[in-house]
Amino acid sequence: MDLVVDNLAVARGGLTVLEGVSFSVEPGQALILRGPNGVGKTTLLRTLAGLQPAVAGSISAPPESLTYAAHADGLKAVLTVEENLQFWAAIHGVGGVTDAMAQMNLTDLRARRAANLSAGQKRRLGLARLLVTGRAIWVLDEPTVSLDTASVALFAGVVRAHLGAGGMVLIATHIDLGLTEAAVLDLGPFKAKAPVATGGGFDEAFT
Amino acid sequence: MSVWEYANPKRFMQVSARVLPVVVGLTVVSLVTGLIWGFFFTPDDFRQGSTVKIIFLHVPTAMMAINAWVMMLVASLIWLIRRHHVSALAAKAAAPVGLTFTLIALVTGALWGQPMWGTWWAWDPRLTAFLILALFYLGYIALWQAVDDPDTAADLTAVLCMVGSVFAVLSRYAVKFWNQGLHQDSTILKVGEKDPIDVAYYVPLVVCILGFVLLFVALVLMRTRTEIRARRLSALLAQERLA
Amino acid sequence: MNALLIRDLRLAFRAGGGFGLGLAFFLLVAVLVPLGVGPEPATLAKIAPGILWVGALLACLLSLDRIFALDFEDGSLDLLATSPIPLEGVVAVKALAHWLVTGLPLTLCAPMLGVLLNLPGPGYLWLVVSLAAGTPALSVIGAFGAALTVGIKRGGLLLSLLVLPLYVPTLIFGAEVVKRGATGAEALVPLLLLAGITAGAVALLPFAAAAALRVNLR
Repeated sequence: MDLVVDNLAVARGGLTVLEGVSFSVEPGQALILRGPNGVGKTTLLRTLAGLQPAVAGSISAPPESLTYAAHADGLKAVLTVEENLQFWAAIHGVGGVTDAMAQMNLTDLRARRAANLSAGQKRRLGLARLLVTGRAIWVLDEPTVSLDTASVALFAGVVRAHLGAGGMVLIATHIDLGLTEAAVLDLGPFKAKAPVATGGGFDEAFT
Repeated sequence: MSVWEYANPKRFMQVSARVLPVVVGLTVVSLVTGLIWGFFFTPDDFRQGSTVKIIFLHVPTAMMAINAWVMMLVASLIWLIRRHHVSALAAKAAAPVGLTFTLIALVTGALWGQPMWGTWWAWDPRLTAFLILALFYLGYIALWQAVDDPDTAADLTAVLCMVGSVFAVLSRYAVKFWNQGLHQDSTILKVGEKDPIDVAYYVPLVVCILGFVLLFVALVLMRTRTEIRARRLSALLAQERLA
Repeated sequence: MNALLIRDLRLAFRAGGGFGLGLAFFLLVAVLVPLGVGPEPATLAKIAPGILWVGALLACLLSLDRIFALDFEDGSLDLLATSPIPLEGVVAVKALAHWLVTGLPLTLCAPMLGVLLNLPGPGYLWLVVSLAAGTPALSVIGAFGAALTVGIKRGGLLLSLLVLPLYVPTLIFGAEVVKRGATGAEALVPLLLLAGITAGAVALLPFAAAAALRVNLR
């Protein structure tokens, strides 16, 4: 059930940005990824989520166990809060919409259209989506953007509950979530040494 | 040594640098010979007069218009399967050449059609099919230019080339179904059969076809070399940014 | 899959979803053509099959860029790509939704526009049948074009340039069915060929479109 990443290299725009990334996460564990802007956090997370191929190395995780949340929340402005969540719950074949709204403090807003939510409320709705995927491994890219202190604490509580239920969480963030028990991985040392062009494996031949 | 060695950009540049002058030389020799022979040293047709001589441009360019697309299809498949960048770049390099051949075939056809059929343009199946082929080339080239990332562009255009090939063939048959047409059948492969092309035209025509094949190869080699240099430049720039 | 279909239909019918734009465009074509070519019934009757098919095709084209672009911009496509639904299924469902919102209403409204263009009596049945058989191909081919251009900013014009040549066989056989049907000639052969193109496109193009989407998402 673990998520094991071994010697992973990822590329952005045909250039390897990170290489030799290895870590593993067990059920109930959280891992916080840190590193300066542009080091490749988003690229790494998208690779983990299966949205782009790895240049080298391996990612092993149980099938269909990952879910991804990034800067864009995937919300439809003309659908209500409840309809947005119901859609993702139906796609993943799980329920728990009411519970998810309660956990992210959205119950009062359930009938409001996403277009009329504030930035922080949209973000809470985007994070509530994680609860209706039924997936064990959450891959989160800067989840606390535009959240106020209270909402950050609320979300930290949700993450803790997910971990308590045997889930796993990977977070790329600059903000301290207050997850003292989480391990921290600094991506700085994995920055690709001599930046080699790859672009699928042959760009080096161009240089 | 495997044939895929040539797919390495460095190797390709070395080999093509040596091959290119030879191909260019042969192109010049065969085109000059074929066209001068065809235009000045063949008899006028008893019905078509001297207008018949446009076949020395029309037939080879029309053939190469289709062959260029087939070459792009093969190169795209090689890129999708084996991920050789040179293959993708060769497909990219061939497209404007193919489009030019298509346009030359259309224009020479119109020039010939005016005195013969009494019209610059007829919605004849062959002419229509070539017009549609030109549209496919345009779309393919536009997609290459619209996508910034070169690998993404190569993948997308390769998929478009495959799907486009199927629809181009479908269009050819649909157009045939739609209008029976004025255009005569091809007679080049009918030597030895009834109503063949006259030998006086046949030999210079074959020389011209050879010349245009060589011209295509030479142009594609040159353009592929340019594309490789452009890729090398952008790879070096990207490296400099990261370092 | 059902959830995705229902969501797409809901989005299309709510405010700003663009439902009805294609129909209005189709109506405009049928009004503008007689204004352009003159009111002689015989002329209109002759060109009606072709105009109706070209109009339906262009009306289909209008809404193609919405198939994936909106989901791409708001991040839904990333999330759908990591969901349990295969991307090929996403493409098929979205093409189906596009057809239900565009192709089906066009098919149902076409006879009324046939009246405006003085389509001969026997042509009406063939018009509806040929549009019903052909518009699904327009939606699927369009979904493929939309998948190719989803990552491109202002890709609408490029999308038209890529998709229109692919529409040629469908248009030829579709219009041929109506043309022959209107004159009482045998129209079954082009209809079968049209249905064949639709069947082939529906069966194969979702795979090509899903491949293009994967490339555009990475």
